[in-house]
Amino acid sequence: MESNKLIELLEKMLRIRHFEEKVGNLAARRMILGSVHLYIGEEAVAAGVCANLRQNDFITSTHRGHGHCIAKGGEFRFMMAELFGKSTGYCQGKGGSQHIANFDLGILGANGIVGGGMPIASGAGLSIKMRNTDQVAVCFFGDGCCNNGVFHESLNLAAVWNLPVVYVCENNQYAVSVSVKQASLIHDYYLRKDAYGIKGCQVDGNDVIAVYEASKEAVERARKGEGPSLIECKTYRWRGHYEGEFDRHYTYRTKKEIEEWIDKCPIAQFKAYLIENNIITAEKIDQLEEEIKRELLEAVAFAEDSPAPKPEDALVGLFENE
Amino acid sequence: MREISYADAVVEAIEEEMDKHEEVFVLGEDIGRYGGAYFANPKLWKKFGDERVRDTPISESAIVGFALGAAITGMRPVAEIMFSDIMTVAMDQIVNQVAKMRYMFGGNVKVPLVIRTPIGGFHNSAAQHSQSLESWFAHVPGLKVAMPSSPYAAKGLLKTAIQSNNPVIFFEHIQLYRLKGPVPEEEYYIPFGEANILREGTDLTVVASAVMVHRVMNVANKLEEQGIQIEVIDPQTLCPFDKETILSSIKKTGRLFVVHQACKTCGFGAEIAAIVAEEGFDYLIDPIQRLAAYDIPVPFASNMEDFAIPNEQRILSAITEFLGK
Ligand SMILES: Cc1ncc(C[n+]2csc(CCOP(=O)(O)OP(=O)(O)O)c2C)c(N)n1
Ligand SMILES: [Mg+2]
Repeated sequence: MESNKLIELLEKMLRIRHFEEKVGNLAARRMILGSVHLYIGEEAVAAGVCANLRQNDFITSTHRGHGHCIAKGGEFRFMMAELFGKSTGYCQGKGGSQHIANFDLGILGANGIVGGGMPIASGAGLSIKMRNTDQVAVCFFGDGCCNNGVFHESLNLAAVWNLPVVYVCENNQYAVSVSVKQASLIHDYYLRKDAYGIKGCQVDGNDVIAVYEASKEAVERARKGEGPSLIECKTYRWRGHYEGEFDRHYTYRTKKEIEEWIDKCPIAQFKAYLIENNIITAEKIDQLEEEIKRELLEAVAFAEDSPAPKPEDALVGLFENE
Repeated sequence: MREISYADAVVEAIEEEMDKHEEVFVLGEDIGRYGGAYFANPKLWKKFGDERVRDTPISESAIVGFALGAAITGMRPVAEIMFSDIMTVAMDQIVNQVAKMRYMFGGNVKVPLVIRTPIGGFHNSAAQHSQSLESWFAHVPGLKVAMPSSPYAAKGLLKTAIQSNNPVIFFEHIQLYRLKGPVPEEEYYIPFGEANILREGTDLTVVASAVMVHRVMNVANKLEEQGIQIEVIDPQTLCPFDKETILSSIKKTGRLFVVHQACKTCGFGAEIAAIVAEEGFDYLIDPIQRLAAYDIPVPFASNMEDFAIPNEQRILSAITEFLGK
């Protein structure tokens, strides 16, 4: 891979990490309201996959969607304004953390309903095929989604219709408190590819290059009209299921387990790799992070200074005018 | 009397019924060691274990359908759907299967099944976590629908629901879970189909459920200072619905005002208004009024959310205007 492509991957991951840390901080101070589900620890998945996408490709996202949005080109300030419930946010304050979309960037929406995005991404794939373009639709979803009916309906029909969809399972091993081991006898969800007759693989979801390579293949296949794929990325969420879960996550997992995964930090690993291979210096990385932090401060200021929607704005936007 | 929270009242009701009947078991998402998404109370799991407190994957159709299959073959399941917006994911099982099972098969089977689910939202829960869809379920023949507004009602109604040989949709309001209220130590059941008159009055009858009961009560107490006497009625169950209590109240007050958190169009207030128009028209001095959420998905931002759903201020001014004061 070219150096600048590698540095781009790092930058994307850092953008996600710093954004999420800031959001966690603001949520703790009650400056961001509602449920907030952070993506910290899983950055390599969104960054690695989206590095293969063009602006006019589509993604669907989940309740844990900030990372997908950033990786697909979402801007800090409009995201932050949405989290603050301001009229300058991506959804004018109607959506909030779990419902960010930007159709110009191909972000077809984060989702409060587990599995909600699966058929939607598949339908975008159908549209691509019917409109005869070379776009691709990527569906991000968690391990928890794999045992919901929509998983089966979506993969099966996308396979039968040979749609350009890449299904990216973020297997962070828990759906709230329910572990993959409790939820299924098959713990490697990529194996289900065979049930649908499609291509698929499992990758270390904390290895951004592995994610990038696997999704590159799948995206290229989709662009060439060779059908859907299922990629399972094994990863881990560091934080509680949502900000506000606090220590309750110790009811279902141990501190030791969390620490083991923190040791496998996708960003620390990748930084070490890049430095070792003389692709970037530690100083340059620090500089990059400082810039990101500065941009974040500006985004927070933008959100704070933005006007709140008027209460009556609630009544606007249900239907397109006809 | 001791005071316990609405959430603890729910847990206590289930615990007592599980103690009494070994066919009672619970299933749902994150209800085991985690103790429920909203409760953080793993008491049932600690006491009864994995066999009778079953964590499920995110499989709502399966949760309801498994409960139904178990209910018609000798068990007495209490299923939990994590929040009522996702009842929609299990709608075939609820509407076409659970509700129809007994009648369609000639009345030859009992369906002792409870589906508990939180409604409500507030606090920036946004469009997919804030809905109040109770009227959907009241519309489907074959489902009983309960909607308690206090810890006392939650416990007594849930125990009745679990004892019932008919399917019950049991709506708990998220914003009430922490509310504390008197609940006797002694066992009790609250029958379905009996409205609760929370306060008597002569000027106006207000019907409200769940969280709206509390908002209306605050308003009624304020208006009392101005000499206005409001009767507040909580139906407690929408199916069966206690129309007699409401009709006899209107006979006294001559006025009906319905408040609910659900959207206005086809909300349960429409049904109450229709019943009173059909059967109590002669008692009415003024036209019936409804105050409900606007017909929009619930928006995220605080001020829009507060605008969308009737708050105390809006209830107060609507009632004041209605009474022409
Ligand atoms: C259909 C549905 N069921 C339940 C929920 C409640 N819920 C929200 S997130 C979640 C866990 C999701 O787990 P997973 O898909 O593995 O994603 P993760 O949170 O681990 O990223 C649950 C049960 C929901 N939002 N939608
Ligand atoms: Mg998960």
